[in-house]
Amino acid sequence: MSSRTDQTESRNDSSGDHLPDQREGGAVAEADDPFADPGLPPHEPRRQDIDERAARRSERTVAFLFTLSMLATVGFIASYVAIPIDEIVFIWPFGHISGLNFALGLTLGLALFCIGAGAIHWARTLMSDEEVAEERHAVEATPEVKAHVLEEFAKGAAESQIGRRKLARNTLLGALGLVPLAGVVLLRDLGPLPEDKLHHTAWQEGSLIINEATLQPLRPEDITVGSLTQAMPEGLDPHAENFHAEIAKAAVMLVRLEPEDIKDPRSAEWGHEGILCYSKICTHIGCPATLYEQQSHHALCPCHQSTFDLADGAKVLFGPAGHPLPQLRITVNDEGFLQALGDFEEPPGPSFWERG
Amino acid sequence: MKKLSVRRRHPLAALVVLLLALAATGGLYATLAPADEAQAEASAQSLAIEEGKKLYDVGCSSCHGSGGQGSSDGPSLTGVGAAAVDFQVGTGRMPLQQPGPQAEEKPVVYTQAEIDQLAAYVASLGPGPSVPNESAYDPSAGDAARGGELFRTNCSQCHNFTGQGGALTHGKEAPALDNVDPRYIYEAMVTGPASMPSFPNSTLPEEEKQDIIAWLHAVNTADSPSPGGLGLGGFGPVSEGLFAWTFGMGALIAVAVWIGARTAKARKS
Repeated sequence: MSSRTDQTESRNDSSGDHLPDQREGGAVAEADDPFADPGLPPHEPRRQDIDERAARRSERTVAFLFTLSMLATVGFIASYVAIPIDEIVFIWPFGHISGLNFALGLTLGLALFCIGAGAIHWARTLMSDEEVAEERHAVEATPEVKAHVLEEFAKGAAESQIGRRKLARNTLLGALGLVPLAGVVLLRDLGPLPEDKLHHTAWQEGSLIINEATLQPLRPEDITVGSLTQAMPEGLDPHAENFHAEIAKAAVMLVRLEPEDIKDPRSAEWGHEGILCYSKICTHIGCPATLYEQQSHHALCPCHQSTFDLADGAKVLFGPAGHPLPQLRITVNDEGFLQALGDFEEPPGPSFWERG
Repeated sequence: MKKLSVRRRHPLAALVVLLLALAATGGLYATLAPADEAQAEASAQSLAIEEGKKLYDVGCSSCHGSGGQGSSDGPSLTGVGAAAVDFQVGTGRMPLQQPGPQAEEKPVVYTQAEIDQLAAYVASLGPGPSVPNESAYDPSAGDAARGGELFRTNCSQCHNFTGQGGALTHGKEAPALDNVDPRYIYEAMVTGPASMPSFPNSTLPEEEKQDIIAWLHAVNTADSPSPGGLGLGGFGPVSEGLFAWTFGMGALIAVAVWIGARTAKARKS
């Protein structure tokens, strides 16, 4: 039986040997301090510490893990060379996956895991596991050291004449104060100011409304009740350099409602025979809010579920959006095509400081 | 000519005349046949409408009204077209099992012949989209890359980027599109079932619908390759994060516990 167990038993012995023989006038026997630091448990050797055969077995296990890691690394290189990048294999339960991805991930994962597992097994079974306690020492310096440092500092300050040479001192402070301004000025290079770009889009009076699916101008008879059409202004080339900057502001969706379902008279007037054209850029943070439920006339944004009632001027019914979706005023030109009557009345998309 | 008249009393003369008469009748029939066939088709059509009306009266009229005019329990069917019937009944959504946010897909109740009859009847109520020809929705004829672009612009907001589906409001949902018959995808686009807006051929032409179907076929069937594997539903960061935090972190904690655990001692007291 180890010494640790002896101690434990002497403290927790409930056999009654350490109790006084009898009670005497309220006097209580002095018990051991229950909060005393029990100290470290006595060291117990592991099997590998005693039995050299067990230690060798541990060594072989560690070596096996490291060897496995080496083989896995070789397998990684081999599969990189051997497996074509577009080969699709069926592996349960992943389905039809890239054979190369699977082989690379498996072998590299195994190689790294085996190095770690081998190191841990080595440390736990073969490296010394003697417990060692190291006492903390005070953080504070000794009074002598403190006094010496303060004395040296005062001496240095006096010798530099910083108190006496006021001109040198004040110009130094001025120089140090101005230097950071150089960095502040460079912040200007973060980009050109937006100017009024956020207030204007590619829509102009007379812009035809181009169907994004066919790239053809839309006619009112194309748009049936209950349908949803994604559109953009004419003159945008999907392959042009500025296309994404322009479509990010100008993208619209067209829906057609039964005229009696439109609750907002201004919205009905801005449309054409029940065809309403709204900006599809969510006024929260600019996702395309085109999740259109044609029965309820609600358009949702798939990012944060802002809900706009397209029958009521795209009023916000729910969610974090701060403004209704701006509506584009449309009409029909002489040739029977839908066209815009001008740009949006307010900036489309998310709010910004100067939006008003 | 003499020879022929001489043989007019030959025992086989009657047979020859009979054959000639039959051939003449056949020829006459062939020239008159188109009109007859059209008549036959028209009568088959009216028969289908009649049969469809009988099925309709039994299975549909309690909600959609005796003449398809609709009621407080179901919308009007005037002008929804045969395609809407083929989709709703062919996928088991109709007849409705119970009132709820949305008609659920379930085992089909009618045979295809009965569905065709119902569709013929409903199509007779008003003009609407008809059931498409197979050539219109054959995935192998579409351009999958173009379809992917169209899908992301027009469909992904509800059905997710690879058609995994998603939630709508008040318990409604956009269903997942994996392994849906291309015909039903086409019909859903044309008719706009339930909350879904329609995408009529005037704004999304037939070829583009075919491209979308080709794309879904390329990314969303059981055989579609998924190079990464284990898509976790394709829902993006939600399911991936949940997996990483529960299984990934769980495994790391288990390993950390193992590293810090007391080693096995030579003797146990």
